[in-house]
Amino acid sequence: MIETEIKVTPQMAAEHGLTADEYARIRKILGREPNITELGIFSVMWSEHCSYKSSRVHLKKLPTTGARVVQGPGENAGVVDIGDGLVAVFKIESHNHPSFVEPFQGAATGVGGILRDIFTMGARPIAVLDSLRFGPIASGAGAGNATEQEIARNGRILDGVVRGIGFYGNCFGVPTVGGEVGFEPCYAANPLVNALALGVARKDELFFARARGAGNPVIYVGAKTGRDGIHGASLLASAEFSEESQQKRPNVQVGDPFMEKLLLEACLEAMRTGAVVAIQDMGAAGLTSSSAEMSSRGGLGIEIDLACVPQRETGMTPYEIMLSESQERMLLVAERGREREVLDVFEKWDLDAVEIGRVTEDGMLRVLDDGRVAAEIPAHALAEEGPRYERPVAAESAAASHGPLVEFMRDGADLTEKFGRLLASPAIASKSWIGEQYDSMVRTNTRMGPGAGDAAVLRLKETKRALALATDGNGRWCFLDPRLGAMHAVAEAARNVACAGARPVAATNCLNFGNPEKPEVMRQFVEAIDGITEACRALEVPITGGNVSFYNETLGKAIYPTPVLGVLGVMEDAESALGSGFQNEGDTILLLDGGAAGISREEMQRELSSSEYAKTIHGIVAGAPPAIDLGGEKRLIECLVKLASERAIGSAHDVSDGGIAVTIAECCFASEGLAAEIDLGAADEPAESALFGERGARAVVSLARGSLARVSELAAQYSIKVQAIGRVTRGEFRIQYKGAPVIQGSVDSFRRMWSESLGKAIEAAS
Amino acid sequence: MKFGVVQFPGSNCDDDAYHAISAVVGKPVEFIWHQSVEVSGFDAILLPGGFSYGDYLRTGAIARFSPVMPAIKQFARGGGLVLGVCNGFQILLEAGLLPGAMLRNRRLRFLSRPVHVRVENAETPFTCAARRGQILKMPIAHMEGNYFCDAATLAELERNKQIVFRYVHADGHDAGPDDFDANPNGALAAIAGVCNRERNVAGLMPHPERAVESALGSADGLVILRSMVESLTRRAAERVSA
Repeated sequence: MIETEIKVTPQMAAEHGLTADEYARIRKILGREPNITELGIFSVMWSEHCSYKSSRVHLKKLPTTGARVVQGPGENAGVVDIGDGLVAVFKIESHNHPSFVEPFQGAATGVGGILRDIFTMGARPIAVLDSLRFGPIASGAGAGNATEQEIARNGRILDGVVRGIGFYGNCFGVPTVGGEVGFEPCYAANPLVNALALGVARKDELFFARARGAGNPVIYVGAKTGRDGIHGASLLASAEFSEESQQKRPNVQVGDPFMEKLLLEACLEAMRTGAVVAIQDMGAAGLTSSSAEMSSRGGLGIEIDLACVPQRETGMTPYEIMLSESQERMLLVAERGREREVLDVFEKWDLDAVEIGRVTEDGMLRVLDDGRVAAEIPAHALAEEGPRYERPVAAESAAASHGPLVEFMRDGADLTEKFGRLLASPAIASKSWIGEQYDSMVRTNTRMGPGAGDAAVLRLKETKRALALATDGNGRWCFLDPRLGAMHAVAEAARNVACAGARPVAATNCLNFGNPEKPEVMRQFVEAIDGITEACRALEVPITGGNVSFYNETLGKAIYPTPVLGVLGVMEDAESALGSGFQNEGDTILLLDGGAAGISREEMQRELSSSEYAKTIHGIVAGAPPAIDLGGEKRLIECLVKLASERAIGSAHDVSDGGIAVTIAECCFASEGLAAEIDLGAADEPAESALFGERGARAVVSLARGSLARVSELAAQYSIKVQAIGRVTRGEFRIQYKGAPVIQGSVDSFRRMWSESLGKAIEAAS
Repeated sequence: MKFGVVQFPGSNCDDDAYHAISAVVGKPVEFIWHQSVEVSGFDAILLPGGFSYGDYLRTGAIARFSPVMPAIKQFARGGGLVLGVCNGFQILLEAGLLPGAMLRNRRLRFLSRPVHVRVENAETPFTCAARRGQILKMPIAHMEGNYFCDAATLAELERNKQIVFRYVHADGHDAGPDDFDANPNGALAAIAGVCNRERNVAGLMPHPERAVESALGSADGLVILRSMVESLTRRAAERVSA
């Protein structure tokens, strides 16, 4: 039976994930019943993934403008002015569900998708970072009640994701330079794979996905269209998971990084001809979204003939061609009369490039099949008139956890053993086992790669400047308090960038949440947006793009709300980049603190109960994230940027997961075999709170003794408290608290605990 | 003196090699497209790293059939300097310009990290500016860098001093058996780079072009490019005096 003869029923609409209201609206827009192809087109364009129907009304609150912002949300990626006529193009995007169904290809195509978003705009990708979350990969208090089998499966998922990211990025030729990895039981059946890509372009050579000029040819380039990935990203990401989700494996796309590398070079070369008017990648909802969005943004229409579309298989229906999510494809509009120049470039790179249609004036997305009209829909209705929901929001957060809080130990108790366990816990342990599987140096711009500092630093060969990038997001904190947790995510990512010596200038966000149809999830979402908004305003880092990933639930159980922030910084002189590793024996170690003074013992207890220490050592997830002082964060950032630019300090590392004890240990591990002698504890604070508490707005810096006066003077200018806490040594790592040694051992033994545990855990599992 | 950097589809260290030669070493360099059938006018040709033709089959297995390869073979037969780095090395092995073959890394994972290699033979056009025994720190980034050859070939390589670089520890001491700290891919006899009998064709897995500026971690790779410049300069002088 020919597809158009299939009569569409309300039940079929429901099977496509459309509500009765949405279906009625489609009939109203068309003034008739849709045919099956049209139904498919509407269903993907109006899916949560493509339409942001549950999130749009809230996303409007985010600050998106600033002096440096060239392009905010709404294009393929955000664009920021970085001086010298250059712009940074960057965005983060999720590929969570595909990565659970098929970790290797899911993660690989996640990287492929975000890279296309960058080079679609005329920018050459220069770095990728990945923010990953998995279920526990080792047993222990922090693993909850995960079984051995679950732990092994989590390890295999991680292994597949890491291989997939490496497979794609390494071959494509973009360095994977950083990101973070976290572990919580809630991610076991719903891992998070958020990939961030950064590119650089000349400001006057940017490209946009906005069709112009009726009559201009529409050209399809890249891989042929197959039946893979139909409803892949768009629908996998728009519903919860069940036990049958493994059956969705055929919906996951298959990546070909070599094809994408050719596509990159060919697209950038074609753009240089001046004959390309507009271009958009075929990501989620493939040919449908690229044609609808390009024409809608330009206020025009597009007519395409499916007979011209390069196809990998025979007998594909219009429905399948329009909904295929085959990877490594682009749609572009060329200037009529100059199409040959464009086609020649793709021919040089041995890529398919075919004129499949033209830009029209009538505003319709018209799909022809064998001369017959297979679909005809107003493009604007598809791209912009999708449903918007003000989903019900629970009035108050369900109390996240009233569990018991961490009980402080008696003063003077030895914490060495607990410290060792903390260092070896997967969340804190060295991630070099992962980082080594990624080419982090290709393109020879990586000034600081994985593990070198708090942020990745990429020099720009064209200028003296460098860019710094960091991602952050603490799901456990957002679970306990979504607003505060989200503020910390912004603050920590910005602080990381500043520790590397760069001024934070803009951000991108990936909002990973559960089912938005649940008022409690919407509550988390709305609060997190409020937190991001407030922190981005205070720290002057506008959001320039990103994505929302809802329905991160399996069998009705949602993940922790996990907003992930990627913050971009600009450094005036690449030479002033700061690593986290101590530099010289004898250097002074300072704690810089921008936060408000003094909290009560009860608050300390609540804060410590939300920490990595509480989870790993006591199996406790309770209390509340530390209070945040955004003014203090801002002053600390300014101070760090100043210290780096004056080269007054030798290293900087912010205090975060694991508290100051872990921070100092990491400064040793990132050095060439140095250790530290630390004396803390004038304050009236229990040792565990002082050593493992994770209050923000703090950084540990090291400097030559001769610089102390200057550093103190600068810190005072920014109202940053300076506390001399010790010096850089060799051999023995020692922390005294209120005069009593609480942590001591050889730095090499601590380093081994920290460096070997992750690889061992994963290789045991996989 | 002109360097050429070959661009296969999927080469991704071509720009880096170009940058190292042009901006750091300061010598003229041009790209050579994989469909070129002649390579006249060049004094040295670099085959860069990457994933030529995707390398989905076996690294370098398709690139050896590339249209440019006959010209490169002829160039090498004529005594021209040819250096293969990473994927370029793999291609030279597949093309038979260098002896041996590449296996997957012993632990079957892609590996990206700095390594130390020792210059085993300083009497090649690629190492003449170095001293024998000099330790060079350079990054590797590959899935297939586990060099292999049969016993007879290994003996011949040793006899002819064709082993140019060996993986060692930072302080220069030899990698032991299964010593993945020093010899991370498990290469036979810790071989990181070899040359042909005539000494004008060489390949290595570490990336000298990524180690030419200390701001990026090491400038030790420069000595390889400078050796090439030096030997080309000497050749040119010899030609003039002849």
